[in-house]
Amino acid sequence: MIVSNEVAVAEPSRDCVAHLSRVLWSVLSFVTGIGLWWLATFSGLSVLPSPWTVLMRMIELAVSGQLWLDMFASLRRVLIGFILGSLLAVPVGFLMGWYRIARLVIDPWVQFFRVIPPLAIIPLAIVTLGIDEKPKIFVIFLAAFLSSVVSTYQGVVSVDRTFINAARVLGATDRVIFAQVIIPASTPFILVGFRIGLGSAWATVVAAELIAAQSGLGFRMQQAQLYYDLPTIFVSLIAIGILGLIMDRIVVRAEERLTHWQERVRHD
Amino acid sequence: MTDVQPKIAFRHVSKIFGDGPKAFTALRDLTLDIADGEIVTVVGPSGCGKSTAMNIVAGLTSVSTGECLVDNTSVKGPGPDRGVIFQQYALFPWLTVIKNVEFGLRLQGIAREERRERAMHYLELVGLKEFAQAYPKTLSGGMKQRCAIARAYAVNPSVLLMDEPFGALDALTRVKLQDQLLDTWSKDKRTIMFITHDVDEAVYIAHRVVVLAAKPGRLQEIIDVDLPFPRNEEVRLSPEFTEIRNKVWRAVYDRSAEAA
Repeated sequence: MIVSNEVAVAEPSRDCVAHLSRVLWSVLSFVTGIGLWWLATFSGLSVLPSPWTVLMRMIELAVSGQLWLDMFASLRRVLIGFILGSLLAVPVGFLMGWYRIARLVIDPWVQFFRVIPPLAIIPLAIVTLGIDEKPKIFVIFLAAFLSSVVSTYQGVVSVDRTFINAARVLGATDRVIFAQVIIPASTPFILVGFRIGLGSAWATVVAAELIAAQSGLGFRMQQAQLYYDLPTIFVSLIAIGILGLIMDRIVVRAEERLTHWQERVRHD
Repeated sequence: MTDVQPKIAFRHVSKIFGDGPKAFTALRDLTLDIADGEIVTVVGPSGCGKSTAMNIVAGLTSVSTGECLVDNTSVKGPGPDRGVIFQQYALFPWLTVIKNVEFGLRLQGIAREERRERAMHYLELVGLKEFAQAYPKTLSGGMKQRCAIARAYAVNPSVLLMDEPFGALDALTRVKLQDQLLDTWSKDKRTIMFITHDVDEAVYIAHRVVVLAAKPGRLQEIIDVDLPFPRNEEVRLSPEFTEIRNKVWRAVYDRSAEAA
């Protein structure tokens, strides 16, 4: 019996240096961006508020609690819509991937609704669901569902046949194959779908609030626009960006944890 | 070896994929017996139906006409009595090495303790004991295939079906795994049907080499390998080996030249 030691061992020190240089570059990029923004406003080249003004407004809105209320309102809509959408998308996606009939019946509808921007549904949703939370959550639900369902179904369809055959020759029944091969093998796809779904849900909520809401970050910007309140618009934009980024990172982390077994090309 | 009941028997097996003008005959009228404890290698140009023949025994492909018997029972589907080793290893990447080996045992409802023990035993056999908790992505090609072999052995099949198992490995690793396979065979005398495109490999490990011809896939020639066991470097370098190797090569090559 020959045992060869071919497992790659990561060098911790080198990894650490690489990480540090990555962080440094990010910080540099960030500082430069803010610097350019400050320069543009300071020199009078731009009518935009300066970083300082925006920061002051942000503190003001945070202290008064307005910012948190807006963030909470937007996040609540996104999370409810996203969770409902994904919860439905996973079983429907599996159904479409596993049963040809289900695919043939459901797929045309998915494809049709996918090409309609979720926002275009808003007028219809308001008319039929009223002006409270329901139309917004419904639209987000739709956005999250459509992107997750497609990737779940893609995931099931693209499971390597040899995995299925390997399980089959070891005595696996269809049920075992589904639970122990199809589900784990398609997890990476599902998580990519979640990531896309969350991104599009977030984009949709802000836009939906611009059109029809009495709270939320989008609504706040809309109000600020009426009063030519540029700093508040900036604060809202920054909050939208940061929250979006945080949510994306959370999904990426979950992805790394759940699919650490995957062989992947590293880009760093 | 044919007067006793064969372990695997192909009886006029044909396989046609598709229908109408697009129909493709992968295998035409194959009749072949493989005895219990025999190692048979199958070689031939691409499109000769060698993988199809193996998949039929495995129960992953059905026959169009004819019959395939294992232990005198018609093959109806896959089962743990026939272990399959695939060229692409087909390890489940989301399971650790030991969990991969345990997969078939778990399906048989074997209790955890015993499962562990048996999986460890086979991992030791293939020299992967230290890697029990590793994920497949950290293993080299040769190690992956050894893990797949352990997984197949673990459910204790009476037949091993190997579809170009060492085809993706470098020459040295391949030779080591061939020796390992023969070493294990000398202890358990399991029936092995081994598909390969490597003529040297086909001769080195086999009792008999089955040469298939392509388009349509059909039996071309069966060549006995009268070389002593245990096989080793000496056998590999002997003039007898070269002679048989050349014979197989001619049988494969003549036909593929004709087809091209």
